[in-house]
Amino acid sequence: MKRALWTLAVLLSHWRRHPMQLATLLIGLISATALWSGVQALNQQARTSYDRAAATFGGTRTAMLAARNGASFPQRLFVDLRRAGWPVSPVLEGAIQIEGRSFRLLGVEPVTLPAEVGNAPAVGRDDFRAFMTPPGMMLVAPETLADLKFTEGARPQANGGALLPPLRVQPNLVPGVLVVDIGVAQDLLKMPDQVSRLLIGKAAGNRPPLESIAGDQLRLIEPDAETDLERLTDSFHLNLTAFGLLSFFVGLFIVNSAIGLAFEQRLPVLRTLRACGVSARMLNAVLVLELVSLAFFAGLVGLVCGYFIAGALLPDVAASLRGLYGAQIPGQLTLKRQWWFAGIAISIFGALAAAAASLTKALRMPLLATAQPFAWQQAQRRWLAWQSAAALVAFAMAAGLLWFGDSLIAGFAVLAALMLGAALILPMFLELMLSLGQRFAQMPVSTWFWADSRQQLSGLSLALMALLLALAVNVGVSTMVESFNRTFVVWLDGRLAADVYISAANDDQAHEMKAWLRERPEVEAILPGGRADTQLAGAPIEVLGLPDHATYRDNWPLLESVGDAWRKLRPGNAALVSEQLARRLNLSVGDRIEVPAPGGNWPLEVVGIYADYGNPKGQITVNFAALTRRFPEIPLTRMGLRVTPPKIPALISALQEKFALDNRNVADQATMKAESKRIFNRTFSVTAALNAFTLGVAGVALLTSLLTLANSRLPQLAPLWAIGLTRRQLAAIELLKTMSMALITTIFALPLGLLVAWCLLAVVNVKAFGWRLPFHLFPLQLLWLTGVAMAAAVAASALPVIRLARMQPASLIRIFANER
Amino acid sequence: MTDPLLQIVGLTKSYRTAGEQVAVLRGVNLAVAAGESVALTGESGSGKSTLLHLIAGLDAADGGEIRLAELQVSELGDAGRAELRRDRLGLVFQQFNLIPSLTVEDNLTFQSRIAGRHDAAWHRELVERLGLGTFLKRYPEQLSGGQQQRVAIGRALAVKPLLLLADEPTGNLDEDTADEVLALARDLVTRSGCGFLMVTHSARLAATLDRRVNLHAGVIA
Repeated sequence: MKRALWTLAVLLSHWRRHPMQLATLLIGLISATALWSGVQALNQQARTSYDRAAATFGGTRTAMLAARNGASFPQRLFVDLRRAGWPVSPVLEGAIQIEGRSFRLLGVEPVTLPAEVGNAPAVGRDDFRAFMTPPGMMLVAPETLADLKFTEGARPQANGGALLPPLRVQPNLVPGVLVVDIGVAQDLLKMPDQVSRLLIGKAAGNRPPLESIAGDQLRLIEPDAETDLERLTDSFHLNLTAFGLLSFFVGLFIVNSAIGLAFEQRLPVLRTLRACGVSARMLNAVLVLELVSLAFFAGLVGLVCGYFIAGALLPDVAASLRGLYGAQIPGQLTLKRQWWFAGIAISIFGALAAAAASLTKALRMPLLATAQPFAWQQAQRRWLAWQSAAALVAFAMAAGLLWFGDSLIAGFAVLAALMLGAALILPMFLELMLSLGQRFAQMPVSTWFWADSRQQLSGLSLALMALLLALAVNVGVSTMVESFNRTFVVWLDGRLAADVYISAANDDQAHEMKAWLRERPEVEAILPGGRADTQLAGAPIEVLGLPDHATYRDNWPLLESVGDAWRKLRPGNAALVSEQLARRLNLSVGDRIEVPAPGGNWPLEVVGIYADYGNPKGQITVNFAALTRRFPEIPLTRMGLRVTPPKIPALISALQEKFALDNRNVADQATMKAESKRIFNRTFSVTAALNAFTLGVAGVALLTSLLTLANSRLPQLAPLWAIGLTRRQLAAIELLKTMSMALITTIFALPLGLLVAWCLLAVVNVKAFGWRLPFHLFPLQLLWLTGVAMAAAVAASALPVIRLARMQPASLIRIFANER
Repeated sequence: MTDPLLQIVGLTKSYRTAGEQVAVLRGVNLAVAAGESVALTGESGSGKSTLLHLIAGLDAADGGEIRLAELQVSELGDAGRAELRRDRLGLVFQQFNLIPSLTVEDNLTFQSRIAGRHDAAWHRELVERLGLGTFLKRYPEQLSGGQQQRVAIGRALAVKPLLLLADEPTGNLDEDTADEVLALARDLVTRSGCGFLMVTHSARLAATLDRRVNLHAGVIA
């Protein structure tokens, strides 16, 4: 034990003499852990919210009965089933607006509610009476109460004017959901004696077959381990995880370079320790103990940083998930114990993985190894050949996955293999470029410049690989976002073609409005719209109803269609299908689909396919009149208006005054577009932040590599100084060298980044969201990123270069001095 | 008598070590004539290498004068001293200090090329006399110690310096190789006509040069 402690003390003394190396190692581990655990904290927060949603009074965690067509059904079926011994409990679900904001209203029946409905908030027995008798009780999550800016006990008013029951906070409830007694819900939703689904308890007992009581009206839905929300958001979280993983590996590059250098410098000490009687086994055990201790400390700091990163990104992530998928994520970060353990574990695992090669070398180190001349050129060539062979294997894997893979995971695997291959082949590419430079160099300093760059390659290649990956991801993601942005803006212009959009409080108000609008000369057209929810092939879809009008015929962007598609919608036997639904169901123009509707299945011919970016659900568009015939109960509260442009502001003011509407119920086209673009931009702000973090970590990797190399480079630089190059000249050459290597790396990263962008647009996006975007090239953006890479190289080399320029001659003389 | 090539008067230098000021050179006077070879001997810590470093402009003196030809070394700035080393001096160290990333040939021509004084005929002669013809495409790590030191001497003389400064050039070599390398150096120094100042511990090697001076307690004894 004493021997181990002495050995540890000797090993630790290295860090005291090389504090910069220790800092480098810790920075690498902290960055890797912080970014990885930050992303995991965000994912965990979202998943906890999905669980809460799934467990809320009959989410997908509970077995239930629902109508075959997805619509509501009579309450009588509940009574019949209950009498027959089925332990069922009714739930009615709908949407309600308060203060212009939409909430999910759930009506439950607390007496029959199964006790095992997930971790749903129970209505206490003492509160039964208050919950079920007027004025009742409306249960809300604390976040919802805060959003509404009400206090507990307040009675908000719904947009239709109905006074709602007093608010009561239930901490476990998911945000955005309001829970009331089913009788209250039936009144508020104007669905008397209607039920959306029946939750099934686990009470034992004989049950007659379902068909003998409900006929074929209802179907049994088994509890599902993964919710719709989890399925829909998988791609988003996978994207975050991929970024976290990339940052983690970039961080490990720093760790690997720091540990590798420390090991090389400690080799004589290790040999001396072995010569003094420390066994190889003990030496390795102590090396591992030292590393694990450092990783534990760095992991703790990394976790704290990760917490702050997650806290900073959470508002944008929550906004993205709300905007894209309608998922409600609380703004307050709550973390489980597992997150802390996993963070420490990943830090220790990362450190051990990064040190694996050095530790193996220590284990195999011969006790009396002599200082054999190290033919760096031959060693480097062998090393480059192996790396290049591994790169070719990675590229082959990428090609194979691209060809045979057919899933989102395969899409990300293509990206991973592609980037791994590129990182591995980068040193060979650099070696070729530098050799080319050396071959054409005429002057002695330039010959040395290229030759020395080649020699430095092995020390810098990990940092340059990190820079390559960060740049390629930046180019790829930025190109994707910009391509999306350009496509989205054009698409939005077509989709938001009406001049004014109105959402009435109810059908009566909508009728009143239409009558008033018809009298206004500036209103050129009233375009009623409707929306119904149903299911197709087991997944929820929206059915959108639009009138046959030139506004849509001329502007609505169709990806492919038969001739005169809009006129073909008119009879009500044809539909346009969104791109993501067409891809999911493998639908083409001319195919037929059967859409479940309250009156039976609705057969429709696909006459066109349109882009529907940002919508997680599949969507079909039909003629408005046909929709109201097939779904007679849908609210008809939405409409668009064509208005003489200069008169739009006056019309909006008049509408607001006449019908007491606020900005959320009536908006002009410009406002709608601005809001859509704001949501769009926020969706990608997390990506932009992670992009910047990754590039920052790559910059740190380059800086730490240069700093750790700086001292070991003195024997190479001192003779040049002695021969007659000034310290300033040497510093300038060192700066130029780093910049030239960064430039070559950037030149390699640009096409790689474009390939990444293509993979994201043509493979990952299609699998994740169901839409494929056109590829656009943005030369100015590439130029800007090249500038950023050069700036990162200058920033990273600034400190070592300044140190070299200001280095005291005494430090350089030490290289030559044998005595005084 | 003509002016000496190197004239040192009252040179002083001290270092601060462990919080204590240690005087290494306490007023050194020394002169070396063109074409003369001088051995600088002394016990360890007597200041031999420090004196050599001050002459080469690798370090600055606290006081006194160093004049090389017409040049006051003590008055030169950083750039001036760099120019001095590049154009007028040749330096040879015990550790060879070759540039590991360059071939033998590139190492040999490096200083003469950056000084703009590359002489192809002189280069060929150096290669031949140093016996490096078969090693020109090799890298320093692929050479023995004696071969590396021959390259270092060749690099230092390629620029045709006024003065060749050597700090224990044979310290890392065995006796036979040391004799051979030093003989070559002497021969080439004579051939080029430059001055030669060599730091050495070896009385035997010192005796092979024109003159020997001994540095003791910071002054020439």
